[in-house]
Amino acid sequence: MAELGDLYQQVIIDHAKHPRNLRAIADPTRSAVGDNPLCGDRITVYLRLEGNLIADVSFEGSGCAISRASGSLMTSAVRGKSTAEAEDLFRAFHAMLTGTAGTAATPAPLGKLAAFAGVRQFPARVKCANLSWHALHAALTLSAESVSTE
Amino acid sequence: MTAASKPASRAPVHPVLDVERIRADFPLLALRVNGRPLVYLDSAATSQKPQQVIDATASYYAQANANVHRAVYSLSERATAAYEGVRGQVQRFLGAADPREIVFVRGATEAINLVAHSFGRARLRSGDEVVISAMEHHSDIVPWQLVCEERGAHLRVIPMNRDGELLLEEYAALLNVRTKLVAVTHVSNSLGTINPVKEMVALAHARGIPVLVDGAQAAPHLAVDVRDLDCDFYAVSGHKMIGPTGIGVLYGKAERLEGMPPYQGGGDMIRSVTFEKTTYAPLPAKFEAGTPNIAGVVGLGAALDYRAAMPWAAVEAHEADLLGYATERLSAIPGLKIVGTARHKVSVVSFVLEGVHAHDIGTIVDQQGVAIRSGHHCTQPVMDFFGVPATARASFAFYNTRREVDALAAAVMTVREVFG
Repeated sequence: MAELGDLYQQVIIDHAKHPRNLRAIADPTRSAVGDNPLCGDRITVYLRLEGNLIADVSFEGSGCAISRASGSLMTSAVRGKSTAEAEDLFRAFHAMLTGTAGTAATPAPLGKLAAFAGVRQFPARVKCANLSWHALHAALTLSAESVSTE
Repeated sequence: MTAASKPASRAPVHPVLDVERIRADFPLLALRVNGRPLVYLDSAATSQKPQQVIDATASYYAQANANVHRAVYSLSERATAAYEGVRGQVQRFLGAADPREIVFVRGATEAINLVAHSFGRARLRSGDEVVISAMEHHSDIVPWQLVCEERGAHLRVIPMNRDGELLLEEYAALLNVRTKLVAVTHVSNSLGTINPVKEMVALAHARGIPVLVDGAQAAPHLAVDVRDLDCDFYAVSGHKMIGPTGIGVLYGKAERLEGMPPYQGGGDMIRSVTFEKTTYAPLPAKFEAGTPNIAGVVGLGAALDYRAAMPWAAVEAHEADLLGYATERLSAIPGLKIVGTARHKVSVVSFVLEGVHAHDIGTIVDQQGVAIRSGHHCTQPVMDFFGVPATARASFAFYNTRREVDALAAAVMTVREVFG
């Protein structure tokens, strides 16, 4: 049986209550919106790129503890990384949440992001953890101005 | 009230409301979820079903399945008699004057869409107005937006106060010569407010404006009398009032329905068809194209039988007690705020908890076996009005108990523990 502690890990509660990088970037290189209209979560991810380097990244919006914590930990994890490294992390994170092996031979090390492993046992909440990552992915690849994980 | 052609009702008789005996009729209420007894507090989304309804649906397929209004053989006649028998039951249940005024549809959503497509498209012209309220479910907003956009008409919205009560003076001021229809909910699904629809109908009728009432949330809780309300249309969903999913009712005054073009074309709704011209069947068949949800109608009949056997004053008293008790228990939780504090409410309690999103509340109480809804409840404008992204909502039916209110309150307290 899934336990609440698997979902609401201390690091997730901490980042939900005190989200890092919760602000807009005045003149972002790119931004994208993650919108889950059925549950009401809406997150905007802002990127300031210097070449291929993510010089600054932030997010704004309203959502549940899981989506806020995910936005906070995602932005903390990809700041200072190259866009390719950030995409590797996106794939590794997605693979962890969906229980798929992923495509990378050596998946990117997740570090603190591993706190979200327990979300898999709560299928209704996977979309919350994924939302900011999909917005990041959309911003990095310029694939869409708005994405949804519903 | 059972038609002779229907299977005899097995609905028990409750001289007073014996909730434990009622619960025994609902097999799903005995489930365990996440290792705990299920506490089902989401009846405003869909109610649970008594064994009598489940059996009636199964027994229709096992013993009476044939298409209706078609063949001359005995089985088809039996199916037709059962189907039409329930139409009579619904007529009496809603207090309608004539069974021809009862149209079977998929649910309240389809009932409203039927009126929007048929009545709305035929009647609305550029510059006309449709009046709805600030607390409508999306199903009583979007169909009107679609038809208004197509016809160049405008949507006007009756405002509400911070308790979630409609402002009747503002409503009266909205009505004018361009108003072609008022569509308002009898009971709000996200706030629980009971609107004074009889008074609202009278105000509209004084100006010759017809009124549609969305009764999806009212019919499960209130004794509805469409002739007393004098509304022109009334929409009901079967699954919210212990009936099967996929069946609902549109009540329409005969003279209104007579003047409306068909909604869908197909079999059963015609008088004669040639490639040059089709003439339509009389009411209500004109609005029931294709093979209907016969099993759903039979199940709805069993639900109405079950309901008719309950002492309704006792049901209302029990639900009022649950509402009062839940309001008291939840209000006592630090940081909890109830959204929707109208003087007249059904047993629906929406709430927010300071610093915690409704989805986190929903997941955490689910671990205690407590099933509540979290989200915008298909009423995004209501959420915007109260400045919240979402609420948690506990909704109670006559089969719920004070013990379940206690379980909810205890589960919400654990939310506080998780978030420290």
